Amino acid sequence: MRVSGKGLINRQNTVNFKFDGVNYTGYEGDSVASALLASGKKLFGRSFKYHRPRGVLTAGSEEPNALITVGEGSFQDPNVRATTQEIFEGLVTRSQNNWPNLSYDVLSINDLFSHFLGAGFYYKTFMWPKSFWEKIYEPFIRRAAGLGSLSGLHNSDTYEKAYAFCDLLVIGGGPSGLLAAKLAAEAGLDVIIAEQEPIFGGRLNSETEQVDGMPGSTWAAKTTESLKLMDNVRLFSRTTVTGVYDQGTFAAVERVGHHLSKRGGDLPLECFWRIVAKNSVLAAGAIERTIAFPNNDRPGIMTASAVRTYLNRYGVSTGKSVAIFCNNNAAHKTASDLLESGVNVAAIIDSRKDSETALDVPFYNGAEVSNTFGRQGLKSINIKKNNVETKIEVDCLAVSGGWNPTVHLTCHMNGRPTWNDEILSFVPEIGAIPNMAVVGSANGHMDTGKCFESAQKEINSLLKTFGKSSKTKKIPNVETTKFEISPKWAVEGKGRAWLDYQNDVTVKDVRQSVQENFKSVEHMKRYTTQGMAIDQGKNSNVAALAILADATGRGIPETGTTTFRPPFVPVSIASMGKNAQGSGFAPQRFTTSHAASVDRGSPMIEAGLWYRPSYFPQVGETNWRQSCDREVEMVRTNVGVCDVSTLGKIDIQGPDAHKLLDFVYTNMFSTLKVGKVRYGLMLREDGHVMDDGTTACLAPDHYLMTTTTAAAGQVMRHLDFVHQCLHPEWDLSFISVTEQWAQFSIAGPRSQELVNAVLDQPISSENFPYMSCGLVDVLGVPSRLFRISFSGEHAYELAVPSRYGDSLFRLLASRAEEMGGGPYGMEALNVLRLEKGFITHAEIHGRVTAFDIGMQRMISEKKDCIGKTSAARPGLLDSNREQMVAIKPLGAVKQLVAGAHLFETNDEPIRENDQGYVTSVGFSPTFGYFIGLAFLKNGRGRLGDRIKMVDHLRGIETECEVINTVSFDPKGDRLRD
Amino acid sequence: MRIPCPTCGDRDRREFYYVGDAQIINRPSPEASEDTWDDYLHNRDNPAGVTKDLWYHENGCNSWLVVTRNTTTHEVQHAELVTKLKGDGS
Repeated sequence: MRVSGKGLINRQNTVNFKFDGVNYTGYEGDSVASALLASGKKLFGRSFKYHRPRGVLTAGSEEPNALITVGEGSFQDPNVRATTQEIFEGLVTRSQNNWPNLSYDVLSINDLFSHFLGAGFYYKTFMWPKSFWEKIYEPFIRRAAGLGSLSGLHNSDTYEKAYAFCDLLVIGGGPSGLLAAKLAAEAGLDVIIAEQEPIFGGRLNSETEQVDGMPGSTWAAKTTESLKLMDNVRLFSRTTVTGVYDQGTFAAVERVGHHLSKRGGDLPLECFWRIVAKNSVLAAGAIERTIAFPNNDRPGIMTASAVRTYLNRYGVSTGKSVAIFCNNNAAHKTASDLLESGVNVAAIIDSRKDSETALDVPFYNGAEVSNTFGRQGLKSINIKKNNVETKIEVDCLAVSGGWNPTVHLTCHMNGRPTWNDEILSFVPEIGAIPNMAVVGSANGHMDTGKCFESAQKEINSLLKTFGKSSKTKKIPNVETTKFEISPKWAVEGKGRAWLDYQNDVTVKDVRQSVQENFKSVEHMKRYTTQGMAIDQGKNSNVAALAILADATGRGIPETGTTTFRPPFVPVSIASMGKNAQGSGFAPQRFTTSHAASVDRGSPMIEAGLWYRPSYFPQVGETNWRQSCDREVEMVRTNVGVCDVSTLGKIDIQGPDAHKLLDFVYTNMFSTLKVGKVRYGLMLREDGHVMDDGTTACLAPDHYLMTTTTAAAGQVMRHLDFVHQCLHPEWDLSFISVTEQWAQFSIAGPRSQELVNAVLDQPISSENFPYMSCGLVDVLGVPSRLFRISFSGEHAYELAVPSRYGDSLFRLLASRAEEMGGGPYGMEALNVLRLEKGFITHAEIHGRVTAFDIGMQRMISEKKDCIGKTSAARPGLLDSNREQMVAIKPLGAVKQLVAGAHLFETNDEPIRENDQGYVTSVGFSPTFGYFIGLAFLKNGRGRLGDRIKMVDHLRGIETECEVINTVSFDPKGDRLRD
Repeated sequence: MRIPCPTCGDRDRREFYYVGDAQIINRPSPEASEDTWDDYLHNRDNPAGVTKDLWYHENGCNSWLVVTRNTTTHEVQHAELVTKLKGDGS
């Protein structure tokens, strides 16, 4: 019910939303939880394992019970905490893990069998028969257990990621964080303050405490306003810092659009921040924990601090008659706040024998709550004092078992929190995160005055390191009460006492874990599932440790905590991987001829990040093979044009450039003359082939190296390594010019005719022989011409500055078509090179040597080069190594398959008999059969042999002949023609 | 993780390409023994403590760096240009 005159909600602005199909109304500033509680709703969801009815336990991101699904269809977002989801007009939410509905859930029958379903149940029960696991047990468990589900549709929301840098990151915008930010900002530091709630103030918004003579929430609002006016402060609300990483890097999630009616447009749903901070202040506060008493999980039982939050921040009374059960004096505030608002307080039950109260309410010291009643909502509780049980009727029970400082982030770099006997909780290890100070209740300070003091102290010492000092000496004035607490972790009695509400872990489960010898805290966690899933045990872990410590006879400090790992709250994968969906997964690189190729109907295929034309279909062609065969024949008999710009191009200049080439290539380049091109082979230092390509000498001390498309980046890195790390004394420079030049292959017997059709000064075979290069003009544009061939035909590569690429490709393609030729794609290019036995990275895949591919003689005897020493190792020159050969089919089966393996014709095709494998295949229209390149044991010694190719995957077995790698024009006459 | 690139300043590790032990900048001569080559190619120390790795600022200045860091504390102590360590032009 709403309490008049209370809360920070805007009662002028009503908001309509839906929960489980029913319309509800709340106010601007409400969470789903506060609005539903205000309308009298108690039941929010069903528990994970037993399908127990559950209500709201907390008022923050630590909520274990009230998990809801927000949105519909592709916008559906499961497992959202109702306590953190702000309501907005048109919001649609529903409960989870129940069928057919929340009030009547069939699987709540699990609750009756809970004797059999305790910790370790799955491990012991579903062991046999083995075949039952996949078909019976697993589907059943999946159906029964679980929280929300995904829509199964493509996510329609947009996300963002961003970087931020600052002198000081303040994590948490409560009293300590606000003061820390203010003091640091006033001294001139560049400050970011992150707060997970929509409003700054932390507990000040939930308490009635006065700060500097005004309500705490007013002080927080005023301080926030003053920070907003400062240029050197950035305030991130709705932002949770989720992880701490090396060198002052923090991860944070900003919930940008979760509270907005209109999603999309320019605003993302979430932004994933990487914040780099020279220093940080952790002011993340503390989280209240409950006490494990029998049936402590009924809807209507919640933490005392949550009751105060709903009352003071949202103006909602969580019950008509409320009892308070606690082991500390801070929880008594709940009673006084409720009384002031006119809510009946039925009892304060304080487990401390010597506790007292000045309030006019039934007070039970040295007592405990021994049982509760009311299946779908609390109806009454039993109070046990001096072994006498008294039943009282209440519809809400506020519980406080003390506070756990939010130490999580201090543990992300291996820090281990230490036990503090005064507050009966773990506090952060000092210095666990470099340059991070922990202030306020996150550091175990349990009253606001101490919180302010700690913030001031830490900021003052931080400012000294910047050579600055604080301008404000006086800290805000607050009334302080000393926090007093005595241990009360669990209440013995009949009925299950819950620790982890989200995973249905009870006190009995933890004890059973110890009985079965899972005594270490990490083992207990995994055996019982204590502290797993969405809330990660934020309000239950410490109590579970205490139970474990008690059961094992060790103290709590010796028992220790499990490891806190990032993220602090769940982070959607979509926000971390922003834009990495679908085509955003990798950058797309397009050649200058891309549009022209698409215009001609060519299907584009991926080549690394590049897109290249597969083939150019013509009218009447119904499958790719027809187009490919035509294009191959076209190049062999006429002329074809192909974009080869994707090959890496590296411009190398300087007096020592030839030394670099000699050192990275196996063969000699220092003898290469101006105007000439040479093929080169590059090894890794371990003696295996890295890449191949041609290098042209354009001018004295000026070379242009080409690499394969696949290895362009690797070769660039390699050249930088060789120059900077091995020979920094060499005087040379190089740079990638891959994107600066558009380069086209013009291949075929009539290629010279086509080249001359676009050159301002025609060339001839005499003045431009095979392996020449030179500067030419193409319709007035200074260009480069290379007479090199990857097809085995008389061929050229013509390079123009990229801005002319599109027009030159269109011109060459249409001129070629007029001559009876045309453009060709990757399929034809592949067949052409297979007919010539030219290698690609299908062959030089990283495990082959120059010896394996028959290029051992390319390793010059006259000089050293990268990989030369290693390539000479005996094992790499063994004649029985798999050597490159070509194969062609002999028998009735004509098909060859890349990836298939080779066997002796009479051998059984099993691994032990393996003779090699096929790397590339293509149907040669020139020869009328498939040609494959393969690696075969002692292959060069087996030319003419019969061999069996077996593709186990597709069930293809083809008898083949081992043939020379060069099928077409073995003497190379056509190249030089 | 952040690496203090001597040319670009403090940068996110995503800008860098990692290679491993910085000893590979000391290439043996072709005449060196088999054991020396074996060590150079294959054998690496795996210290718990201070280590020197080779990183390449691939999405930055293309410099190769020797980065001194502590594998137990994750502290990055120092980064130096390899060309400076080797003395370019000498």
